[in-house]
Amino acid sequence: MPMLEVDNIHTYYGNIQALKGISLTVEEGEIVTLIGANGAGKSTTLWTIAGLLKPRQGKVFLEGEDLAGYKAHEIVYKGVALVPEGRRIFAKLTVAENLDMGAYHRSDRAGIAEDLERAFTLFPRLKERRSQVAGTLSGGEQQMLSTARALMARPRLMLLDEPSMGLAPVLVENFFETIQEINRDGTTILLVEQNAHMALQVAQRGYVLETGAIMLSDTADGLRQNPMVQKAYLGME
Amino acid sequence: MQTTIRQRFENIDYLDIALWVLRIVIIVAVLWGTVATILDNPYSTEQWLDFLIFGLAQGSLYALIALGYTLVYGVLLMINFAHGEFFMAGIFTATVFVAIPLDASGFTDRHPIWALLVIAVVAIATSMGIAVLTERVAYRPLRRAPRLVPLITAIGASFFWQYFFRGLYGSGITAFPDVALLKGSWTILGLEILKSQVVVIVASVLMLIGLYIFVMRTRMGKAMRAVSEDKDVAALMGIDVDRVIMITFAVGAAMAGAAGVLYALMYRQVHFFMGFFPGLKAFTAAVLGGIGSVPGAALGGLLLGLFESVGPCLFLEGLGITSPYQLKDVIAFTMLVLVLLVRPQGIMGERLAEKKA
Ligand SMILES: Nc1ncnc2c1ncn2[C@@H]1O[C@H](COP(=O)(O)OP(=O)(O)OP(=O)(O)O)[C@@H](O)[C@H]1O
Ligand SMILES: [Mg+2]
Repeated sequence: MPMLEVDNIHTYYGNIQALKGISLTVEEGEIVTLIGANGAGKSTTLWTIAGLLKPRQGKVFLEGEDLAGYKAHEIVYKGVALVPEGRRIFAKLTVAENLDMGAYHRSDRAGIAEDLERAFTLFPRLKERRSQVAGTLSGGEQQMLSTARALMARPRLMLLDEPSMGLAPVLVENFFETIQEINRDGTTILLVEQNAHMALQVAQRGYVLETGAIMLSDTADGLRQNPMVQKAYLGME
Repeated sequence: MQTTIRQRFENIDYLDIALWVLRIVIIVAVLWGTVATILDNPYSTEQWLDFLIFGLAQGSLYALIALGYTLVYGVLLMINFAHGEFFMAGIFTATVFVAIPLDASGFTDRHPIWALLVIAVVAIATSMGIAVLTERVAYRPLRRAPRLVPLITAIGASFFWQYFFRGLYGSGITAFPDVALLKGSWTILGLEILKSQVVVIVASVLMLIGLYIFVMRTRMGKAMRAVSEDKDVAALMGIDVDRVIMITFAVGAAMAGAAGVLYALMYRQVHFFMGFFPGLKAFTAAVLGGIGSVPGAALGGLLLGLFESVGPCLFLEGLGITSPYQLKDVIAFTMLVLVLLVRPQGIMGERLAEKKA
């Protein structure tokens, strides 16, 4: 049974249809990437999986369970964490408080302390700045905080929406290594990326989204060799 | 960057000039009145200190009520105009069902502390219940409506509760029974202070500190701050946003319920309309301090109370205005207008324009 199965979802903003029947699966332990141009519907797909948007048609299954009846915060209890596009950290809370919020629904103190240590090992910068108000962090640091905050939920499935945005080029490579490390520790990952190059390097499989529908789905290698993908997303002629 | 005088003149518009003129006129009037009052000195030191203590007591009540406005504004960006009614509902109910029967049976005389505790518990619980009910029935369905809609609903809810309790308990003024324990005064540092005022000030300060710790330190307090910044992302943290909003209303109403008890101890009467003016004043205090800010509400409340009690005699007496004390409401609402004109974000608030969008 796949970790995540998205079955033909149609999601609307009011009367505007953003998703026109998206289907995808993510197996346990995989890194799967979702690439597509601006406005293709990548973020909308992740928000629908996380339960912040409800599909007008179609279903989302987590390990076979239909998520339709659950609110967004209940889906978090089931082990799904979304790192939203554009960081969206709590700017007026301190770094430590932001991380606390990530573990909000948990009560296992020992486990939380362990995950905090792990987050600080993955992102040492955050440890130095733990008592600083998060709004004063640099853009890159805020991005790290946003990812670390999601990790504090100890998710089984992590949805990452353009997590490398705003990171200095020298840090991007490092960041993707961190994502692979998180994955090796047992977290399944669905990764939305502008940086298709990096995304297809770390992912095993990928989907290409265009105007609310899946155009292509293949292994990462397959997509990298696909002339259409090379032209449109990898900037090759 | 240096701006030349010429550039500065070009940038000034007429509204700015009008505001400056207004500010100068008010400052001159206040200074004039103050100096004239001091030269004339119609009051003794004791009288000034009395004004001051009364102002502190009144101000701490405003501060307690103002917290409800500020907390709700923080999470919903909504001004809950029914908040004054939460304040009234608690103490009115506790007076009718607890204070009067306990007093009649002689229980209050025998066990005044227990009687006060029961009164407080009933008042606070009623205020919280009414607040949670109002939120659930009248505000939650409008969560995604344009901002004007819940505002108008809140005004409607305010009228609804006023007339609901008027129908329930009558339209007359109900006397709150005296608590013998709190009659008279204590002498503190050579000053005679009414016991009821001491209780009001001490209880309010303790509650303000308690609330500040709650908001800054506890898990629920942090969740409230997270919800006030970003509801969608708060939900992504596993926070039940609706529940946090409900608790925010309940906490604000608990403070209002407690303020109602203290109000009754100070003024010894309750009625269905009693929430209106304190509610409006507390709202003024919240705006003065910077709506959305907890320390701001406390500071705004205290300042407003002090201005109201000391201000009329200090500023107005010297201007030759007779019985200036009747003008204390004028001072309060002049302050509201001035704050809105001069510093709309209040003393400790951030600019509203930045927070919206
Ligand atoms: N809140 C909204 N209201 C109305 N339409 C929206 C809203 N958010 C997104 N859309 C529309 O839905 C479509 C999909 O948007 P979405 O944000 O999912 O794209 P995306 O693939 O994440 O793009 P990007 O790479 O720019 O992040 C777009 O056409 C967008 O204009
Ligand atoms: Mg997006």
